[in-house]
This record gives sequence, C-alpha cells and structure tokens, in this order.
Amino acid sequence: MPTKIEKDSLTGTDTTGHEWDGLKELNTPLPKWWLYTFYATIAFAVVWVVIYPSLPGWKGVSGWVAREAVVADVAAAQAHNAPMLARLREATPAQIVADPELRAFAIAGGRGAFANNCASCHGAGGQGAVGGFPSLADDDWIWGGSLEAIQHTIRHGIRSNESDDQRQSIMPRFGADGLLTRAQIEDVAEHVLSLTSRATDQAAAARGAAIYAEQCVACHGERGEGNRDVGAPRLSDQVWLYGGSKRDIVAMITNPRAGVMPAWQGRLDPAIVNMLAVYVHSLGGGE
Amino acid sequence: MFAWLRDHGIIERNVVLMAVLTLITISIGGLVQIVPLFAVETTIERVAGVRPYTPLELRGRDIYVREGCYNCHSQMIRPFRDELERYGHYSLAAESMYDHPFQWGSKRTGPDLARVGGRYSDDWQAQHLRSPRALVPASIMPPYAFLDRPLDVSDVQARMRALRVAGVPYTDDMIANAVADLRAQAMPDADPAGFQGRYARARQAAFDGDPGVVTEMDALVAYLQMLGTLVDFRDVTPAQLRQP
Repeated sequence: MPTKIEKDSLTGTDTTGHEWDGLKELNTPLPKWWLYTFYATIAFAVVWVVIYPSLPGWKGVSGWVAREAVVADVAAAQAHNAPMLARLREATPAQIVADPELRAFAIAGGRGAFANNCASCHGAGGQGAVGGFPSLADDDWIWGGSLEAIQHTIRHGIRSNESDDQRQSIMPRFGADGLLTRAQIEDVAEHVLSLTSRATDQAAAARGAAIYAEQCVACHGERGEGNRDVGAPRLSDQVWLYGGSKRDIVAMITNPRAGVMPAWQGRLDPAIVNMLAVYVHSLGGGE
Repeated sequence: MFAWLRDHGIIERNVVLMAVLTLITISIGGLVQIVPLFAVETTIERVAGVRPYTPLELRGRDIYVREGCYNCHSQMIRPFRDELERYGHYSLAAESMYDHPFQWGSKRTGPDLARVGGRYSDDWQAQHLRSPRALVPASIMPPYAFLDRPLDVSDVQARMRALRVAGVPYTDDMIANAVADLRAQAMPDADPAGFQGRYARARQAAFDGDPGVVTEMDALVAYLQMLGTLVDFRDVTPAQLRQP
C-alpha cells in the first residue's frame, strides 16, 4: 500500500510510495509516444470491430464477407485477362503457335501452370522421372507429341477414369495371369534386349522372338517401334519408363505397370489447357 | 476518478474478494472461447457429398496424424485469390465436419493438401511417400518407405465407435462391416458387398500397387486421394456457401 509518495530530488519523478528496507522505486511515466500509440491501437480496434464482422452475430457496417470478397477478386482478375484468355480458349494450339503474341503469352502462362500442376510428376523442366513418369522434353512420345495429341492427353488424362475420351490401354499380365511361363518371359525379355543390341544369349533371344511375334507385335510392333494409338511404348530405344535392365523388363512382362494421369479438363480453364499444350510442345520434343 | 483502483491492497488482503474477482476474470476469458462454439453448427455449409471416412481412409488419416504430417502440411485453402489459383476452391467448414480433430494446420513447410485428392496418380503418391526426392529433387520431405508394412486393422471398429460418440454418423451396418469394407477398398478384386452403398463415391484401388496385402501405405494413399474430392463444386450455389 502506497504510504508516502515523494518527489525524487535527483530526477524530479514521483516514487511509487513503496519502500523495501529503505529502497524506493521511481514511478517513471510511460513515454508519451508509446502511450498515445497504445491509445491509437485501442481506437483502431474499436473502429475495426464496428466495420468488420468481428463478434458472433455481428456482420459489421461494411457488410464485408471474405468469401464474397475473394469471388470479386477472382472475377476482377479474370476480367482483366479476359480478352487474351478468350483468344487462347478459342484458338487451337496450332493457331496459338502461329501467332507470335499468343504464343509468347501461352509460353509464359504455360510455364506457371506447368510448375503448379505438372512438375510434381514430370519434373520441373519436363525431364520426367524413373518409375513411370515420362519425360516431356524428348521426342519419345507414348501417346503422340503433336500439339493436338498433347492437348488431348492433358484434357482427358491417361487411364484416369474421369473422361470418356481418356487415353486407355492395358497390357496383359503375362506372368501373373499365367499366359506365359517364367522361362518364356525370360526369353521374350532377351528378345526385347536384342532390339537395342543388348542381348547376351542369342539362343534365348531367338526363342523369345517367336513368342514376341505371337504376343507382343500387335501393340509394340515388329521391330519394337511401339504404337501410339494404344500407348505402347517404343522398345527399340534407350528410353525406359520403368527401367531397361533385363530384370526390369521381366518384371514388366510378368506384372505390368501402367501410368495414370488425371484429366485436367474441368480442373483447369480450357485456355490454360491450351497454354500447357503449347508450353509442353516447346520443351524440346514437340512434333 | 479512478483513485479507488489504485488501492489494490484491499483486494490483496481479502482472499474472498480476490477469489471472486479472479473467477470473474477467468470466466470472461473462457466465455470468449466457448460461447462461439455453440454457434458452430450454423457455420457448416449445407452442401451435398460430404460423408464419413471409409475404414481404410480413417486408418490412413490416423497414420497422417501419427506421422505428424500436419506439422508441415495444412488442409485449409483460405479465401484468397492466390490460394484459389494454386489449390482450387477455398475449404468449407462442411469438408472437415467429420474430422476429429480437424487437420487445418497453421504451417506450410510443404504445400496445402486440402484438395490433393486425384491430383496425382496412386502410383505417384506411393512412390513419392517412399522416396520424395526421387520425384521432386528439391523436396525436403522425409521418406516414409516403412509404411509398406501390413496395416493393423484390429481396432478399426473401436475407432469408428469412438468417432460415433463424437458425432460422426457411422451406422451399425458400417461398423459391423468395417474390416470387410477396409479390405474391399484396398483390394479391387475383393467382393465389395455393399461397400459403395455405405460410402458414396469411394474409390476401390490397389493404392500402393500391390493388391495382395493391405498396408499402411494403402491407407494413407487412400486418404490422400479422397481429400477435397467429396464436394462437387459445379453443383454448389453461392447461397449455400454463405455463412450466417
């Protein structure tokens, strides 16, 4: 309890009036700038509470609603880009590439959309990843590398079950379903290796060639050139989705894996799909 | 004017007065936190499609919590234009109405996961969990390859019963068939036997690529692949999104 508030002779400031064994404490006032800033924040809070929906049941005099504000925000941004987006939406990818202005816009926008939506699987530069994520920067296309083919793939996806026009095919499970014996699969794998001159057992490769001609030719082609209509990859190059060693090839014949890509139509604006098609086409392998 | 306030000694020397004033002070703090919860029901949008987690998704969610995924990943798309453009529609209260506790999170070391479902293939999710840097070289996410181990399904019914107490509308039918439903979802060749009827639009797949064994990886990928997919925003009207 304050007993004796006195003025300190040295500083001219009042003491608090407390005394502990002869020790007294100065009651130095708060700096004025600090005090008035503090009062200003209180006043600001009061104004804020009145204007915005700050308490349960209180909507605020401004009527501001976060969910409506963001809708307006998005609409304003879309209106700003509308003329260009409308042109990108209506043009085919080929027309976009032919028009330097549209192409520049599509490449810039496509780069952003690619980083957000595609890079996780296909890599930041479209380089792909081992394990079934194909490179988009080379000329080895599974479903086609023309602008139209790329656009179709982005729109409808691959084995996505999200679009009736999806890219769809399935390789039989030659080993798991007992269509071929283990020895036959080894022979076919040896023949597949021979397509890139890597066979080490010519007798096995010759036996495998007969099985290949019976089971594999329809999709992968006589010389392993692949078939884009059914998404059968080329076997006569050094690009392998799931690895190119004999072990990897045996595993693929035994129990094949197949990539899945979502359908982006519906997720992305058609203008963005077109921009992505142009951008992917420009990565290095476009046909 | 406030001279009486300076005389704090009166309170300090009267324990009953001190106790009463302390109680009042704490009550104000408590009421500020508790009262809004009475109105929480009114904030849940009346949108179609939200259903309780399937048993497999539920176990996946438990693994998500167990591994602390929420420490780096939020599940809350805020209503800002940059978030909408990156992640999709902003999150609704209805979308986490069956989450106990919710996984909104507050820190994004990794990206938001509220709408990650269907964005990548099952294969990508499983491979990425096993070895994140094999697919995203710049990632700092730890690998979770150990999730390729059999899932403990022994207590899934108990977990569902506990959630029912918390208000999740699991029916007796759902709880009775929990283990069978769990296996049916992770093994596409298994007999679904009413699974689709109990959990609308739930997807059956070999989430980790191996239909033979139900693993923790199956559960986590199943959970990730349904995140944010329950509400079809083409059918949602602006009036439904308005909170009172």
